[in-house]
Amino acid sequence: MKPFQYTRAVTQQSAVEAIAKPGTKIIAGGTNLVDLMKRGVATPDKLVDINNLPLKSISINKLGHLHIGALALNSTVSESALVLEQQPLLAMALKAGASPQLRNMATVGGNMMQRTRCAYFYDTTMPCNKRMPGSGCGAIGGYNRMHAIFGTTDKCIAVHPSDMCVALAALDAHVIVSSRKGERVIPFTDFHRLPGDNPEKDNTLADGELITGVTISHNNFAKNSYYLKIRDRQSYAFALVSVAAALEIDGGTIKAARLAMGGVAHKPWRLYDAEKALVGKPANEDSFKLAAQIAMQGAKAYENNQFKLKLGPAAITEALKHAAGIV
Amino acid sequence: MEDERADILPGADTGTSENSRRNFLKQSTLLTAIALTPATAVKAAEARADEKFAEAFEKMPVKLEVNGTMHNLSVEPRATLLDILREQLDLTGTKKGCDHGQCGACTVHVDGRRVNSCLTLGVMASGKKITTIEGLAKGDELHPMQEAFIKHDGFQCGYCTPGQIMSAVACIREGHANSEMEIREYMSGNICRCGAYPNIVNAIQEVKEGGLQV
Repeated sequence: MKPFQYTRAVTQQSAVEAIAKPGTKIIAGGTNLVDLMKRGVATPDKLVDINNLPLKSISINKLGHLHIGALALNSTVSESALVLEQQPLLAMALKAGASPQLRNMATVGGNMMQRTRCAYFYDTTMPCNKRMPGSGCGAIGGYNRMHAIFGTTDKCIAVHPSDMCVALAALDAHVIVSSRKGERVIPFTDFHRLPGDNPEKDNTLADGELITGVTISHNNFAKNSYYLKIRDRQSYAFALVSVAAALEIDGGTIKAARLAMGGVAHKPWRLYDAEKALVGKPANEDSFKLAAQIAMQGAKAYENNQFKLKLGPAAITEALKHAAGIV
Repeated sequence: MEDERADILPGADTGTSENSRRNFLKQSTLLTAIALTPATAVKAAEARADEKFAEAFEKMPVKLEVNGTMHNLSVEPRATLLDILREQLDLTGTKKGCDHGQCGACTVHVDGRRVNSCLTLGVMASGKKITTIEGLAKGDELHPMQEAFIKHDGFQCGYCTPGQIMSAVACIREGHANSEMEIREYMSGNICRCGAYPNIVNAIQEVKEGGLQV
């Protein structure tokens, strides 16, 4: 690992000041960053450890929204009574991610900032536009079984690996960030971005901005939500396809629906058209199959991930059935 | 308290109200050196001009309580907790498997939580209590989980075993050992290439059902 300078931020202001300098990176849980540094993919000159900042709390804020501090551990959030009661979809998604050990280290802010697990991004001997802009994409024409089917470009077909973020996208969460200029709120669905011509940029966080927390407004999805993750082994593996499904059902009719997919795009992939198609429909398998069909419009597979075109709609239908309690 | 805090938190940024003047004076020699020279030191290391010189400036003081014993160490920021345990403290029970957080062989407890020590920087663990596989037994008396692994043949080659046992103890303490399914899910961060999984699950179930303090 390349040597680096290490400092520990004692105040949020000092952290924000520190990251304004180029070559400086924030470290929280470190589960992804330390790995990337070992492999020479990330080479910061300086790490600012923010673990001493008071950003760990999980609470209901003045507006009645659930607020989760950026440094709350993935394990803590997944077992929080508040989260389980109000946003069980988030808890389910978190428990589907990584391993108990990693969830004990990984933070909410860090989970959002994790990089793709595309093998070409990690292998410094291979081309990768995300790691080295302009070097090409090893996955296009290479081994692309894990890769995206939505929102790809000829520059990058990597997927965002998070489960937590799929749930937060479905639940219309907001990200609170802080910088020298003050505070800013980013809708979660705008936080991560599609690769476009700049796959090196995973998200819309500006230089010098620090994530301080996320909020989720009150909703009526707690009773009927489900996170389904399909992977090569039953636990401790990244998603081939995952689905966050949240329904509000009144007398057998769907009043509101939220759907997002993981493992299919450079960002958590919201299925707005499918959501619209569900509203007013009976909460049954036929409605879910139709929504799944709509959801897959525009999907484009590559040589090794054709299976996602079939697995995707099947997973959506199954997740909705679980959410509706008809499994 | 403040003195202690500054002692165990290497790299705490100075110039804030939380750092007393006394601390500042006490730390100033080393911290000023660190704050002012790293770029030079890093460049020197890269140019291999004088690696020993650079190393001396890059090392930071770290306080670790490992299995009840306090250690005052001097480590590079890039040293992982795993490497410090094995190379500096000779606690080689904790194993290096993949070294990338994918196998769980390096599992230890930090302040009571099981973590992958291969992805934990030593400087970040400063001031924390670490328990490794060496810290489970009481003298010659094995921990109930160690006994159970032997009884149920919870291993073949044994390389993943320290991590499995540290994870197994945490699994019960966390309250995640209530069924075979739950144990399998909450032990999924520990890979066993020999495939001793059924026996590992049996060992954990026996300890859990025995109701002994773990």
